[in-house]
Amino acid sequence: MKKKLTTVAFTETKEQADKLDALIAKYKNVGGNLMPVLQGAQDIYGYLPLEVQKKIAIGLDVSVSEVYGVASFYSQFSFNPKGKVSIAVCLGTACYVKGSGKLHEKCMEITGIGAGDISPDGRFSYDATRCIGACGLAPVMTVNGDVYGRITPADVDGIIAKYL
Amino acid sequence: MFTIEQLNAIRAEYAPKVEMRHGHGHFVDAGDGIRKNVLICGGTGCTSSGSMDIRDALVTELKLAGIEDEIKVVTTGCFGLCALGPIMIVYPEGTFYSKVTADDMHEIVTEHLVGGEPVRHLLYKETVKGDEILALDQTPFYAKQKRVALRNCGVIDPECINEYIAVDGYQALAKVLTEMTPDSVIQTILDSGIRGRGGAGFPTGKKWTFAKDQPAGKKYVVCNADEGDPGAFMDRSVLEGDPHAVLEAMAIAGFAIGADEGYIYVRAEYPIAVHRLEIAIKQAEEIGVLGENIFGTGFNFKVTLRLGAGAFVCGEETALLTSIEGNRGEPRPRPPFPAVKGLFGKPTIINNVETLANIAQIILKGADWFASMGTERSKGTKVFALGGKIENTGLVEIPMGTTLREVVEEIGGGVPNGKHFKAAQTGGPSGGCIPAHLIDTPIDYDNLTAIGSMMGSGGLIVMDEDTCMVDIAKFFLEFTVDESCGKCVPCRVGTMRLLEILEKITSGNGTLADIDKLEELSKYISSASLCALGQTAPNPVLSTLRYFRDEYIAHVTDKTCPAHVCKELMRYQIDATKCKGCTACARKCPVGAITGGIRQPHTIDAEKCIKCGVCISTCKFDAIVKA
Repeated sequence: MKKKLTTVAFTETKEQADKLDALIAKYKNVGGNLMPVLQGAQDIYGYLPLEVQKKIAIGLDVSVSEVYGVASFYSQFSFNPKGKVSIAVCLGTACYVKGSGKLHEKCMEITGIGAGDISPDGRFSYDATRCIGACGLAPVMTVNGDVYGRITPADVDGIIAKYL
Repeated sequence: MFTIEQLNAIRAEYAPKVEMRHGHGHFVDAGDGIRKNVLICGGTGCTSSGSMDIRDALVTELKLAGIEDEIKVVTTGCFGLCALGPIMIVYPEGTFYSKVTADDMHEIVTEHLVGGEPVRHLLYKETVKGDEILALDQTPFYAKQKRVALRNCGVIDPECINEYIAVDGYQALAKVLTEMTPDSVIQTILDSGIRGRGGAGFPTGKKWTFAKDQPAGKKYVVCNADEGDPGAFMDRSVLEGDPHAVLEAMAIAGFAIGADEGYIYVRAEYPIAVHRLEIAIKQAEEIGVLGENIFGTGFNFKVTLRLGAGAFVCGEETALLTSIEGNRGEPRPRPPFPAVKGLFGKPTIINNVETLANIAQIILKGADWFASMGTERSKGTKVFALGGKIENTGLVEIPMGTTLREVVEEIGGGVPNGKHFKAAQTGGPSGGCIPAHLIDTPIDYDNLTAIGSMMGSGGLIVMDEDTCMVDIAKFFLEFTVDESCGKCVPCRVGTMRLLEILEKITSGNGTLADIDKLEELSKYISSASLCALGQTAPNPVLSTLRYFRDEYIAHVTDKTCPAHVCKELMRYQIDATKCKGCTACARKCPVGAITGGIRQPHTIDAEKCIKCGVCISTCKFDAIVKA
């Protein structure tokens, strides 16, 4: 899936900047350091804006294109911040066979955005995820990390309403 | 320095503490005042449905009842029966509570843990037979299972190394380091006949031999815990329930091939598994079963954890190595094989989690014991993740050679809602389906390959008549198109073209020539792709074509979807004999496609209908049907 760059303006706190510096310093001389640094940076900022990717490139002394190449390759790295209500539907096989395709459509309808996007007001973000391993509860959706299992499209409105 | 004597002392101290959990039903006094153990599943499935809140409620209730010093509460890994989670077991009696809630804890504490009487209405119904309460291994779900890789999952506390040591943990490593040579270790693994559990089924002992035969110097052991097959979760369960078994096996492999360093590459989507691995590595280092000069033998081994970032192709071994090196996870051509030139250019073995979970048992119990299970060319047991349209979703471990019918009908409890078994899909996006007429096939590597599927990592998704096989093929192709790394053309472009043809067919625009094209293109993709992802990507198409060609033809010539799944080929109709003219559906229809007077049969305007299905769920008389 091609990643869309965010339209949200980048801001950072001093604390975030310090943490990123410390992270880069820690991994500077470790083999295969780019992935752990990107993962750590995403934990700090919640996503990987270009500004952060540039800082990492300078810090680890690699080109920005190399950082961008790795960051865009892996689906876990997000170029978009998460919305206040972050929704995800599992489209793993077990969930799909049990009808998660319909949950997927319903969530896009409710949020008005596609998978991997954030709504312009920052209220919703939506993702269609790979198997999250809760196959026994299929079909599954998560909202802000809370897991809801064995649900139907009719349940989706009520679940999301709890977070508004 | 940590010695074998110290290891044995810990075992002697802790073995009585876990002894009563082995299901024999009688109490074992460990001299610590504990009369019962309550085990709560802390796997991903059960924690998703709130098992940690339940544990907290239980602890509170135990304090209120004043028996917190008599009852030990243990958070374990997965028990396997995920469909019934959250799950709780009380030992020594082995009482199995299913679908418990925090509100049930008061009743369980007062009636059972204080009063001594199990709360019958909360018991797993298969364990209740008249007045009798059956042991778990007498229930259909567990009776045919044989737990080797999962032996400690749901038994010990995975965050406590002492409990692992209590069940003979790190004894195999001690034996290997003090009584065996690298050659004899590898010979044992070869003799056991174990083959890789990650998908391809390559003999593990051979892999180790190749790496051992490389000149001495830096070598690596890598554990592939990038379980990407959607619907397979056995590796996660092993890591969540028994992480030390993997660490111990990696150290054994390190001794065998002459490596002093290991990496575990685990999916970041598995936070609980990552957390427990971190704890396990830390504990193993603190105690000294990992690190320098293990058991005073001069053998060093350290393990580093690396997190994946959501790329299916990284389950392919060369892509995994490239990813650990910090790059885009693209595969590289083989040869050179990783055993010759692997991680950071050094000889490397890559073993799957489930494979490793068997190793310590093989060392302790012997190659003959392991080889006595299974079939001629597939030894031991295999864990399957049962999912889809099946009553007992969850994890099962069965001896190789068990038939699919036993797995689906006996262990799995059959297909729910009176529906029929249509096919089982194994091997995920690289595998294929097994149709109903082959349900008596004994499951092993070679049988599954012969019928056009594959063992894969062990996902087993059951499908009923409501599943469209063309739609399933399309589902897997969407997956591979999305996950193709883009390095080689046959995979990057070929899978995209395959998907386009499938979309054409499911939208009602396909022709018979398209079906031939699917087959021809599949051949080229299989033979020309660089890695296993591309080579196996056409399998879901080829296997559904092989067994369900009539469904493809129905889509193409009759423009119908027999399973009523493909939207474009579906029409909603109202059965005039059942319609009472209540107008409920007409009022709910978002596009005003339904017309008809009060108490008159309604009709649906096919031109306007968007097939959203609202009318079907609204109708109380089952008058609306898909055609």
